[in-house]
Amino acid sequence: MLKVSDLQVSYGAISALGGISFEIPQGSIVTLIGGNGAGKTTTLRTISGLLRPKSGSVTFLGEDITAVPAHKIVARGLCHVPEGRMIFSNLSVDENLSMGAYLQTDKALIAKNRDYVFSVFPRLKERIKQMAGTLSGGEQQMLAIGRALMGNPKFLMLDEPSLGIAPRLISTIFEKIVEINKSHGITILLVEQNANLALEVSRYAYVLETGRIAMQGESQKLRADPQLKATYLGG
Amino acid sequence: MTEFLQQLLNGLSLGAIYALIALGYTMVYGVLRFINFAHSDVFMVGSFVGYYMGKLIPEGTLWGGLTILVGSMMACAILGMTIERLAYRPLRNAPTLNVLITAIGVSLLLEYTGQVFFGAAPRNFPAIFPVTNFHLGGLIISSNQLMVIIVSAILMVVLQLIVFRTKIGTAMRAVSLNPKAAVLMGVNNDVVISFTFGLGSALAAAGGILYALNYPSIDPLMGVMPGLKAFVAAILGGIGNIPGAALGGLILGTVETFVAGSQWSTYKDAIAFAILIIILLFRPAGLLGKFTVEKV
Ligand SMILES: Nc1ncnc2c1ncn2[C@@H]1O[C@H](COP(=O)(O)OP(=O)(O)O)[C@@H](O)[C@H]1O
Ligand SMILES: [Mg+2]
Repeated sequence: MLKVSDLQVSYGAISALGGISFEIPQGSIVTLIGGNGAGKTTTLRTISGLLRPKSGSVTFLGEDITAVPAHKIVARGLCHVPEGRMIFSNLSVDENLSMGAYLQTDKALIAKNRDYVFSVFPRLKERIKQMAGTLSGGEQQMLAIGRALMGNPKFLMLDEPSLGIAPRLISTIFEKIVEINKSHGITILLVEQNANLALEVSRYAYVLETGRIAMQGESQKLRADPQLKATYLGG
Repeated sequence: MTEFLQQLLNGLSLGAIYALIALGYTMVYGVLRFINFAHSDVFMVGSFVGYYMGKLIPEGTLWGGLTILVGSMMACAILGMTIERLAYRPLRNAPTLNVLITAIGVSLLLEYTGQVFFGAAPRNFPAIFPVTNFHLGGLIISSNQLMVIIVSAILMVVLQLIVFRTKIGTAMRAVSLNPKAAVLMGVNNDVVISFTFGLGSALAAAGGILYALNYPSIDPLMGVMPGLKAFVAAILGGIGNIPGAALGGLILGTVETFVAGSQWSTYKDAIAFAILIIILLFRPAGLLGKFTVEKV
């Protein structure tokens, strides 16, 4: 579904990604884990077109999207839930969801997606008229995911959905991520610092270290890997 | 009492014009975070478009006046979008200071190009609408004043509907809150920014026509003072806040008119800047603005 080949990205003179390659098969949950500053966010931003790579390519559904402007990539069914959620704080929950459906023209489909979002996150329905900025961190994350679902994605990228969220909500959100993948067959690329959780819900994992892929494998196996355990899973 | 009401009426009709201009400053600030100093010159061009259209269309008719009003708004919408496309878009990733300096450059360009084409001498703006005075108690309401109040009220309601009830309006607010997130929704920010310039410039043109109706002497530098005051009005209301700009304009116009009618009338232009200083000292976010802190 998505193929990243030898992607190099830098901020000015500072290199953030030193040529990474990976592939994400249709229907799966793949995770990209790594410490702070490893280049995870940079990877997602480059895939969704917010950043331009120095070299390398991104192929989505068989087409090269490396040079496609960000707002046109969304139209192809690739949605990105950014780090820090980036919900529109002074818009209502409802308006945030409408923004998620910005490119959708089929009214019936929009209504169906809205119902689906409310079935996954009933809390959003309770808070539909509330300003998004007044939601709790966890609810904002639900909104950010719900907003992306309104764009009718085939492929969803989530950047640290567990960041800054109350622990009891983290497990809820991860359950929902699995549910979204299962029930709608949406392929997911999950970026996390919380490696334990990410490896639990994913099928395959890539470990990013200072702009390079240091390790990769089936999540099950990586969870048992002694080296990975020592570095990322707290021993 | 009658005199108070008369002054209030005069103040509100002046304030409505400031409000129309202030809306453009505040909307552009919302999406691009800079003050478009050329905005006051779009206001001036609006008057001149009206002046030249007035030569082709019979004076003193309602339909003629409205045609001129709409024509000038459309011309200035195109002008505003052109300015954005040519001068500001290439600087999208440049520091704000560069954009500000460019805006001053565009402003000077319009003013001096205006002097080349229109001449520096003031011209008489035609009476494009029918003119009568209504007497209400002791109050004298000129039809032009009424026109200012009605037209600006309608425009502000329409603007409110566009910004808060339409898809492009929601996108405008989204871009102003978080441009990167808006892109991730599939919004082409350039289109939204262009639309914002068009909308703001059309309002400035309406302001230019309405201003010229009541102060019928126009020249290429006529935008400077009303522009500065509208800028103060936008700050007063809370820069980036649309209802704030309308409120700021009305307050400023009213205060200015009362000062002009008092023994301190020589300070009528200074009062705007006194208000600016006070607001910056005590409530820098403006009357309706708030510094929003994003939860992280
Ligand atoms: N806007 C930026 N300007 C300069 N350097 C940046 C910027 N964003 C990230 N970096 C640098 O790029 C590297 C990768 O960052 P990032 O992709 O955010 O990592 P992660 O998401 O894994 O924490 C880090 O060294 C970081 O300091
Ligand atoms: Mg990150």
